Amino acid sequence: MKKRIHHPDLDESSILTDARKILAPQIEDRSRRSFLLRGLTLGGVAMLSGCNLTDNESVETALSSISRFNDRVQGWLFNPNAMAPTYPESMITRPFPFNAFYGIDEAPTVEEESYRLEVSGLVADKRSWRLKELRAMAQTDQITRHICVEGWSAIGRWGGVRFSDFLKRIGADTDAKYVGFKCADDYYTSIDMATALHAQTLLTLTYDGAVLPREYGFPMKLRMPTKLGYKNPKHIQAIFVSNTYSGGYWEDQGYNWFGGS
Amino acid sequence: MSQTTASPKSSHPRWLRLTHWLNAVAVLVMVTSGWRIYNASPLYDFSFSNSITLGGWLGGALQWHFAAMWLLAINGLVYLLVNVFSGRLKRRFFPVSPKGVLHDLWSALRGKLGHADLSHYNQVQRFAYLFVMLDITLLVISGLVLWKSVQFPLLRELLGGYDAARHVHFIAMALLVAFVLVHLVMVALVPKTLLAMIVGRKESV
Repeated sequence: MKKRIHHPDLDESSILTDARKILAPQIEDRSRRSFLLRGLTLGGVAMLSGCNLTDNESVETALSSISRFNDRVQGWLFNPNAMAPTYPESMITRPFPFNAFYGIDEAPTVEEESYRLEVSGLVADKRSWRLKELRAMAQTDQITRHICVEGWSAIGRWGGVRFSDFLKRIGADTDAKYVGFKCADDYYTSIDMATALHAQTLLTLTYDGAVLPREYGFPMKLRMPTKLGYKNPKHIQAIFVSNTYSGGYWEDQGYNWFGGS
Repeated sequence: MSQTTASPKSSHPRWLRLTHWLNAVAVLVMVTSGWRIYNASPLYDFSFSNSITLGGWLGGALQWHFAAMWLLAINGLVYLLVNVFSGRLKRRFFPVSPKGVLHDLWSALRGKLGHADLSHYNQVQRFAYLFVMLDITLLVISGLVLWKSVQFPLLRELLGGYDAARHVHFIAMALLVAFVLVHLVMVALVPKTLLAMIVGRKESV
């Protein structure tokens, strides 16, 4: 699932939140990313409850290499023609849960007038896109299951531009390995080209027939029913095509990069 | 209970002892990391104490789970293949019948079931070990559905979909833990079985 859910039962999230509150003033000058990495290490220390062999450096290295190996296995298992199940409208989960690494009130507000989607990297046409230009492209709608890394799932309806259409339109090098995303909420992630070109991978502009609301990722969310929620970036501001691995917000903290389902 | 001819080889050959202990490690890691993953979004009205889980947080637990899955699956496959093709599965675990299991269970509860010959499994043991083989197989299959529900559509539909597979995976885990608890109690009651699983001696002590 997209990012970390705020669950009252989760003591680690409250510990992390508290720890960040206490430490935030002392490390204001450091970059957000290093703060988050430190927050994670701190979280690891704060969460001494539970067997924490994972903190041992060589164990961590071994687990990370197995996770990279699992990326390759998933890339090999991925069948570009296998479609995720689709569902009737009656099965949509209402209300569809909000989920992010922050609370719903902190979801970023993006202004449509000034918004431009930036495109860079291995693409022929690097000009920015306005929302209305994306809305003018052929639109597809689908009702699919969103599966969270935590195990829960919810069925929702997303609509927008087939991402493969968009990649063709910008003249992307589809032999490149990765497509990366930078978001208005400082989230970032990257995906494999095979999944980017999958027929169910949509650059979504709508949720349940209406303009994608702020809490679900306005102005756009990349929706991939073949990947776990945290791989589906919201509030996308920039897309880049590359052969260089660039990780992701949760991936850099230990979530599996491929994150396929 | 029915008496079969004792195997001429040691009761616990080397491959069996090796796969048994590798499986024990894999199960321990899978179960304790699985509990941590469960805690991230509990399926039922309870969670596990974090002090008995592995991984420190969801991401760590997932790394352990998706690493140990290889050990569990490959080691389990080796065990099953050697077991089947060496003829041991047929020799040691069959015949088994509900009547026989109940009969031996009743004898065991009255303290009248002997463990003199460790190379012979009574019907309760046959049932329990066959059960745990099938249960771990079900854990692997339901785990595959949870891990790759889109890539394994047949398995997914067989288990009734993604959500149903979560329940199957959990219940199969609970049954495995129940097996392990009974298994440990039995080992405590008949300690020479532990020795046999470590050094593989064929003579009874």
